[in-house]
Amino acid sequence: MTVVRGARSRCCIVGIGQSEYTRWGGIKDRSQFQVTAEAILSALDDAGLRPEDVDGLSSFSNDSNEANLMQVALGIPKLRLASMVWSGAGGGTCGSISLACSAIESGRADVVVAYRGLCQGQGKRFGRHGQGRVNGNFVDPFGLMAPPQMLAMIVQRFMHLYPITAEHLAEVALNARANANRNPFAVMHDRALTREDYFAARWIAEPLRLYDCCLETDGAAAVVITSAARARDARSRPVEILSAVQGSGPGWGSGALSGHNMPDADYASTNCRALAAELFGSAGLTPGDIDVAQIYDHFSGMVLMALEDLGFCGKGESGAFVASGALRWPDGELPINTSGGQLSEAYVHGMNLVVEGVRQMRGTSTSQVADAKTCLVTGGLGVAPSSAMILGRNG
Amino acid sequence: MSWFADDMPRPVPHMDDAAFWEGCAERRLLFQHCAGCSTARHPPTPICPVCRSSATQWREAPAHAEVYTYTVIHYAAHAAVKDRLPYVAAVVSFAGLSGVRLVTNLTDCDPGRVRIGMPVRLWWDDIGDGQYLPRFAPLEREASS
Ligand SMILES: [Zn+2]
Repeated sequence: MTVVRGARSRCCIVGIGQSEYTRWGGIKDRSQFQVTAEAILSALDDAGLRPEDVDGLSSFSNDSNEANLMQVALGIPKLRLASMVWSGAGGGTCGSISLACSAIESGRADVVVAYRGLCQGQGKRFGRHGQGRVNGNFVDPFGLMAPPQMLAMIVQRFMHLYPITAEHLAEVALNARANANRNPFAVMHDRALTREDYFAARWIAEPLRLYDCCLETDGAAAVVITSAARARDARSRPVEILSAVQGSGPGWGSGALSGHNMPDADYASTNCRALAAELFGSAGLTPGDIDVAQIYDHFSGMVLMALEDLGFCGKGESGAFVASGALRWPDGELPINTSGGQLSEAYVHGMNLVVEGVRQMRGTSTSQVADAKTCLVTGGLGVAPSSAMILGRNG
Repeated sequence: MSWFADDMPRPVPHMDDAAFWEGCAERRLLFQHCAGCSTARHPPTPICPVCRSSATQWREAPAHAEVYTYTVIHYAAHAAVKDRLPYVAAVVSFAGLSGVRLVTNLTDCDPGRVRIGMPVRLWWDDIGDGQYLPRFAPLEREASS
């Protein structure tokens, strides 16, 4: 089964584009919609394609930059796919790409742009109470109002069950910042972060301190997906999508974002264990085959859980794994979040992690892992459904 | 006086969860159970995920629970929580009620003393207009004696 699936012609990412990334409220001269449209144009230019070539648009998390409006703005003559995947918050990042691959493989579309535009200065800040949350009745009246508070619950239990300490959380944050300091487009490019700074920072929601939490930023990012056959004509080096999956274990529902009634065995998890088996099986790879990873870092503790759930280390062993220096560029066993991630580059609901994954496979990251041939990227974690993919260097 | 300020968001019941909030209005903590196979579920959903029956019963939870997990919240995501900072949001579970956890607050307790597994007891917070919310406080000495 795996052999057959692994042997089929895979889709490729042929273009990447992004806006400038700023702190929330930093983009004042253009609307979020314009910034998103420009990121798409930039991704198409990178691919050597024009809007006339695009026949599919895909996004997630109720992106408000609607495909029908984007079609008009960009002058796309014929749209054959306009799709939004269900996702708990950023859970759909790679789901939007998985859907694009399905459409291309089945002949429903030829060139699909997956994109996300998110300017929190023009909409709402994600760290604040937001109206209309699904099952919000069961959290809002109790002051559990924003993701850092909600996911802190899972991290707290994770640290109770396993030998995970604040030092381990800190390592995730410090790694992200060190990588951002090498990436001139990262919001935190010029800001160093020491271990002392980390521990001196204020609490947000225990056990999460300030630097355990992702940034609130303005920005947009987009990638262009097409068939392997068509990718041969691309202007930039195509990157193969070896596997892209979306899914959820049982009983998650609104999960950590409100109900907190996931099965006990899955509570302190990223909801990625079942998904990981399909992710690796479909690519015909194992965790040991992965050279670099972009792991959705909305909160540091979720990254530790992901390392376990994806099989990079055993259950409860992520603390020791990161303490060994495994995450650190350039020599660590598994360098992660090489652009600075969402803790230190920008929070584009994971689409910036996808863009960085492509850069790693092209050899153009500012923290390039030498000879990297595979890059794992995840969507939002600890939500349902979540998603992930594995990218491969072409040639 | 409710535990949070008066402008705190209130539950806005809808067809699938109204029975829960009606129970709270009577100061009864009722969880949805399947009338066919007795499986408890929360938040409420219209169909039993085990036997697919849509017949439901609402059964009262025990007044004692334990802390499954918690977070001490140090910033105001909404103006109404400002005077309570830092406050404890907790997920509690009930003996004999598997499959059900409730997001609530742990009150009357130094946030630094909260522990997972800590026994807690239910109290009803009057938020006005006939609505009450279930919050919890430490069981204190009753638990250790
Ligand atoms: Zn049933």
